[in-house]
Amino acid sequence: MSAVATLVGTADHVVVAADPLLRGDLDLGIVGIVVLKVVVAFALLLVSVMLMIWFERKLVADMHNRIGPAVAGPFGILQTLADGIKLFFKEDLIPDRSDRAVFKLAPYLSLVPAFLVFAIVPVGGDFSTGDGTVTWFGERTYLQVADPPVGILFFLALSSIAVYGVMLAGWSSGSKYPLLGSVRASAQMISYEAALGLAIATVFLTSGSLSTHDIVATQVSGNWNVLATGVVPFLVFLVAGTAELNRPPFDLVEAEQELVGGFHTEYSSLRFALFFLAEFMNVITMSAIAVTLFLGGPSGPILTDTLGWAWPILWFSAKVFAFLFGFVWLRATLPRFRYDQLMDLGWKVLIPVSLGWFLLIAAMQVADDEGWPVAVVVVVGLAGMAGGAALLSGAVAKARAQRLADVEAGEEVDA
Amino acid sequence: MGYFRGFAVTFRKMFERRVTTPYPEQKRDKPARLHGRHVLNRYEDGMEKCIGCELCAGVCPANCIYVRGADNPPDDPVSPGERYGFVYEINYLRCIHCDLCVETCPTEAITESKLFEFSFTNRVDAVYTRDELVVDATTGRPQHLPWEDWRPGEDQHTSAWMRATSPSGDATYTGRVSWSGELGHGVRAPEVGQAGGAPVDRGGEPEGVSSEGVT
Repeated sequence: MSAVATLVGTADHVVVAADPLLRGDLDLGIVGIVVLKVVVAFALLLVSVMLMIWFERKLVADMHNRIGPAVAGPFGILQTLADGIKLFFKEDLIPDRSDRAVFKLAPYLSLVPAFLVFAIVPVGGDFSTGDGTVTWFGERTYLQVADPPVGILFFLALSSIAVYGVMLAGWSSGSKYPLLGSVRASAQMISYEAALGLAIATVFLTSGSLSTHDIVATQVSGNWNVLATGVVPFLVFLVAGTAELNRPPFDLVEAEQELVGGFHTEYSSLRFALFFLAEFMNVITMSAIAVTLFLGGPSGPILTDTLGWAWPILWFSAKVFAFLFGFVWLRATLPRFRYDQLMDLGWKVLIPVSLGWFLLIAAMQVADDEGWPVAVVVVVGLAGMAGGAALLSGAVAKARAQRLADVEAGEEVDA
Repeated sequence: MGYFRGFAVTFRKMFERRVTTPYPEQKRDKPARLHGRHVLNRYEDGMEKCIGCELCAGVCPANCIYVRGADNPPDDPVSPGERYGFVYEINYLRCIHCDLCVETCPTEAITESKLFEFSFTNRVDAVYTRDELVVDATTGRPQHLPWEDWRPGEDQHTSAWMRATSPSGDATYTGRVSWSGELGHGVRAPEVGQAGGAPVDRGGEPEGVSSEGVT
């Protein structure tokens, strides 16, 4: 927060990012480092998606008592590569009744945000003892592709764009199942983005910054903010994130039994591969964002002096891996939600809970600034919320009773 | 906390033994009486058992067998007796492996092996001729044709001995030899019947072949 504040306050040039690498004059070496970071992040993400797909299939097979992919490469680790090559050489079909331009655009609208989100994730850097920077070729820099001052809002913006990919794919296919799938998808993703945004709002209310780097830094100094963000916003983020990813148990978008393939039913060949890639890449980036916002990102004890820079990367990978395991575990265990249950959970549970928690944290911050007694503020705030909840549920119960009475009286019920 | 018991179940499953067999590399044991592709058997002296009577062709519900008998050449007889199967063809695109041909055969000439792992790229290849069906002239085992996937032990238990043990499922009909000898095995001893009793030496049953359905 300090870095951004000072930069924004004093800068006589346009602020690109708070990364110390970009302060002062740019030269070719700095550009080279940035390009290197971009290329490494891109390649790393692609490889990790490949491994993730393999890992998911293998783990889900393990949990089903099966073997899973076992033929391509040792333990079938090259299965994804084989699938990719197969998809690459398949015929690229575009339905006759499709809107061709939009049909071709949609996969990229899904894929590009998935790539870009990862740019703001700090994957390394010593936050425990240092300031989260590493020194490369004599330049101090963050181990993340970019650290824009808008930080986590960038993530929210891009995940909203990803909705367009899904929605336009279904709409432009000129076919009913993709259309139904995309309607479901956009409704689901938009509803859950509200809860997701409120959970994230609590995080940057606590950390006082939007920059992912600063969020991680404040977590390290404050025990990962466990009390403020570690329980309620974290759980809301997990559920809403799973729904946002359209992963089981919220994978109604691709419910095979109802919608064939969902929004990508009409896609084949490389365009389908792009959707596939984007979907699994989103799983990885969502895990990485969760780690960044709630679990202290790359922070963790550095146990050796040599190769000290590798420990934060290792901690980051381990934390992300735990999330990936969790996502696969969810898929292997839980049956799919019904659509009204999904909407109920989103609108009637997650949004009120995260909004209430957000207001409570905000009230506590204000109390802290104004010198009011925090305990009183919390009690009054909770009482106010409980009163509001009681009023609301009372109104809902009353309305339902009225409706039932109307039905029994044989009157027409307005929809 | 009932919600989380399902997670414990899936987690536990990760460490359990797999029931899946990685098929092309490993095969599960086949049942001893599985119906696979046919073989034409020989007597212990190497003579073919088939007499060209065409009963199998007549009984075949899928019309997949074509047989033509011919008189044995007097100086070099193919089978003991008057006639032999001069042409013997089975079309495996039609065969349903019902085993009626095996049941109807008066000389136990045609029986089924346990092999079903074979495929063709054209229809002509799907028709097995007598030369391909007849067992090897020295070992009495089914021929391992290049497009078939035989594994060690799978070419055992092909003869009429397999199904003559307990006719009509009569559990008390045990210990009686009601089959002729065959090349490579001789006259096989009867297996232990369903009624129980002391195990009988069955004449060198190899390792690896299923023993289920025998005890």
